[in-house]
Amino acid sequence: MTVTDVVKDTDNRRMTITAEFGAPVERVWQIWADPRQLERWWGPPTYPATVVDHDLSPGGAVDYFMTSPEGDKHAGWWRVSAAVPPNRLEFEDGFADGEGRPNPDMPVTVVAVTLADRDGGGTRMEITSTFATVEAMEQLLAMGMDEGMKAAMGQIDAILES
Amino acid sequence: MFHALADATRRDIVAVVLAQEQSVSELARRYPMSFAAVQKHVAVLERAGLVVKRRHGREQRVRGVPGVLREVHGLLDQLESLWRARIDRIDRILDEGASP
Repeated sequence: MTVTDVVKDTDNRRMTITAEFGAPVERVWQIWADPRQLERWWGPPTYPATVVDHDLSPGGAVDYFMTSPEGDKHAGWWRVSAAVPPNRLEFEDGFADGEGRPNPDMPVTVVAVTLADRDGGGTRMEITSTFATVEAMEQLLAMGMDEGMKAAMGQIDAILES
Repeated sequence: MFHALADATRRDIVAVVLAQEQSVSELARRYPMSFAAVQKHVAVLERAGLVVKRRHGREQRVRGVPGVLREVHGLLDQLESLWRARIDRIDRILDEGASP
């Protein structure tokens, strides 16, 4: 088990998860910085991700789609607000319509990643995921929590199988 | 949650503490039962996520958790599941490189 801590803050609509890895910071940064590695973990095996554009500089974008077992494509995007390789990455994470444009009907989360040397070697990775707005959460609640979350987060069932 | 609300006293406690925070002693005075019995009901409601307790001096104060907050918590739980699954996959990728 590599997850060492989880904190949920309902007032600020925020979840923070901390994990530790044996690999050094530079190696863990690669799982974000190398689109071929990112594709292997962002989506569950049954919903593999294909990264189309990948620019982790501030102001840059990552565009990707996930393919369902039936072959349906679900597009998503990141907008990078901060990047300090190999220690820090912050981006907005949202969903796109059929044309690849941001879909305003789907909730946006803000993701902040920090990678730090761990005492005794390895890496401590902290990820904070915040629902950008109250409206973003209300969209999910209005869709029905389960259905909304499945749609927004790429099929929880598939994730649990993986 | 349904089990927690099966009892009329528990339903009443939830209604009272949603309207206003109460100490366990204040709640115990409302019902023809012992402090310990009320405390037990509060514990069941707390496990179901319907109320939260906080310590205030020597008192334990109880307040109700509105439905929308429980739903927010449910969403954050799902974010946790999502990231746990991703971290497991990251771990497997990193292990490939580490194996001799």
